[in-house]
Amino acid sequence: MITRRDTASLRIGCGAGFSGDRIDPAVILATRGKLDWLVFECLAERTIALAQQARSQDPEAGYDPLLVERIEAVLPACRANGTRIITNMGAANPRAAAARIARLARERGWHGLKIAAVTGDDVLATVTGSEHRLLETGGQVAALGSQLVSANAYLGAAPVVEAIAQGAHLIITGRVADPALFLAPQVAAFGWRWDDWNALGQGTVVGHLLECAGQVTGGYFADPETLPVPGLANLGFPLAEVRPDGAAVITKVPDTGGRVTTLTCKAQLLYELHDPAAYLTPDVVADFSGVRFTETGADRVVARGGAGRQRPDSLKVSVGYRDGFVGEGQISYAGPGAVARGRLALKIVDERLRQMQVPCDELRSELIGVDALHGRAGRPVGAEPSEVRVRVAGRTTTAAAARKIGAEVEALYTNGPAGGGGAVKSVREVLAIGTTFIRRELVPCSVHCEVIP
Amino acid sequence: MKLRQIALARSGDKGDIANLAVIALDERDYPFLVEQVTSARVRTHFGGIVRGEVVRYECPNVGALNFVLHGALGGGVTRSLALDAHGKSLSSLLLDLDLPERAGPLPEASA
Repeated sequence: MITRRDTASLRIGCGAGFSGDRIDPAVILATRGKLDWLVFECLAERTIALAQQARSQDPEAGYDPLLVERIEAVLPACRANGTRIITNMGAANPRAAAARIARLARERGWHGLKIAAVTGDDVLATVTGSEHRLLETGGQVAALGSQLVSANAYLGAAPVVEAIAQGAHLIITGRVADPALFLAPQVAAFGWRWDDWNALGQGTVVGHLLECAGQVTGGYFADPETLPVPGLANLGFPLAEVRPDGAAVITKVPDTGGRVTTLTCKAQLLYELHDPAAYLTPDVVADFSGVRFTETGADRVVARGGAGRQRPDSLKVSVGYRDGFVGEGQISYAGPGAVARGRLALKIVDERLRQMQVPCDELRSELIGVDALHGRAGRPVGAEPSEVRVRVAGRTTTAAAARKIGAEVEALYTNGPAGGGGAVKSVREVLAIGTTFIRRELVPCSVHCEVIP
Repeated sequence: MKLRQIALARSGDKGDIANLAVIALDERDYPFLVEQVTSARVRTHFGGIVRGEVVRYECPNVGALNFVLHGALGGGVTRSLALDAHGKSLSSLLLDLDLPERAGPLPEASA
């Protein structure tokens, strides 16, 4: 049976920073991290909308496609070491995810495993047809009509703390604010009050530093010329040793790749931040402006000084809706004059799409290797590239119109400039995400537990 | 001198807003960054990429500046036509910023 070890500090590791993240670093954390908690953060802005579409086709679907693979990889070591798991891999269907893991647990003989599903974030029924306004467009949710796919409120740490209190070993949620997944075990372990804003703010700092996994250990950071980081192929994922006062050492398992330094911590502290003094979460308005980092050893950085103010009155809601289609085509040119042939190719496609009156809301034509990432703001750093890739992408109302964009790029094979190769084309439906806000009392949360006999 | 020689940068995204954190490799360079890397310079450097305003937050506690670029992600990650819809590569463009040479050596680190 799993019991929490009794130590001075709470050890929390991050086993994934996005839905497609590597799996083996989490296994290393589970095996050698001496963790109390292993947290997997796997939901991007659009992930739930995609999962909700899957669920609408199959009521047992709608959770993270790697759920079983990740849990199967780490759970034996977690059980052996007394490590409990929190993850938002429930996506659009936490209860189905929990049921799937319960089935796996029975097959594997994980007797006594207590699995909790946290629900309540799905507010689709509440906002459908409502006058809630989207921040981005100013339009009402009601106006989206049948385009509306999903609406999920960002829950705070409270329902996860409730699941912890019920003794769950594996807690599966849908949309919960990313740092709240990490704040919850700190609140549960240290008994912080829900109005101890400074403690919640510092706990949020720890969550924010951990939530993107490898991004605080040298991933999304390394530059072989200016900021070399060793061992990126075996990048160690981070863990925090949190003291009861909230100060935490950010570190990683010895003999893994990457580095934890004040610079890697600073870079992650400011990631996806606007006003550093007002980082809005469901639990607290966190203030990062007093955070200090101190290196106390190799790959050991102390983070302290996070603070906070009273939490916002309403919860943020991500609204997913169908918003037309994107058609895209690419083809490459190389050798002398590659850029000129690429430019001619773009001109031809543009002319064809106009002749055929393909209705595009927006069309983007560019040369990868020249101006695709930074447009005209990107200045050439050297000689003309010896190879370029033509890329044309357009947004359309119908899939049929979107298909024509890729088809015209592909047709350059036999109708365009000399030496065009490697054409690819694609059509995808756009799932746009809008933001609205909802009163807390409209978002009741529940915890559903099951124990494997 | 390029910004890249004295700072690192990291891009983040939320909707149609990008943020670019610029962090001094040596904290003693922070005042120089404050003086040189203004929101107006960043605005000009990014040209047509940023349609809205550029807001700068100073973060002396970590020797960094945080730039918030409104309307920089082609309508938002989920509907953008851009190859790099998240704007992950925008940080690298910022590091190409030209800076004057610093006058004299770095000041002594304060206690």
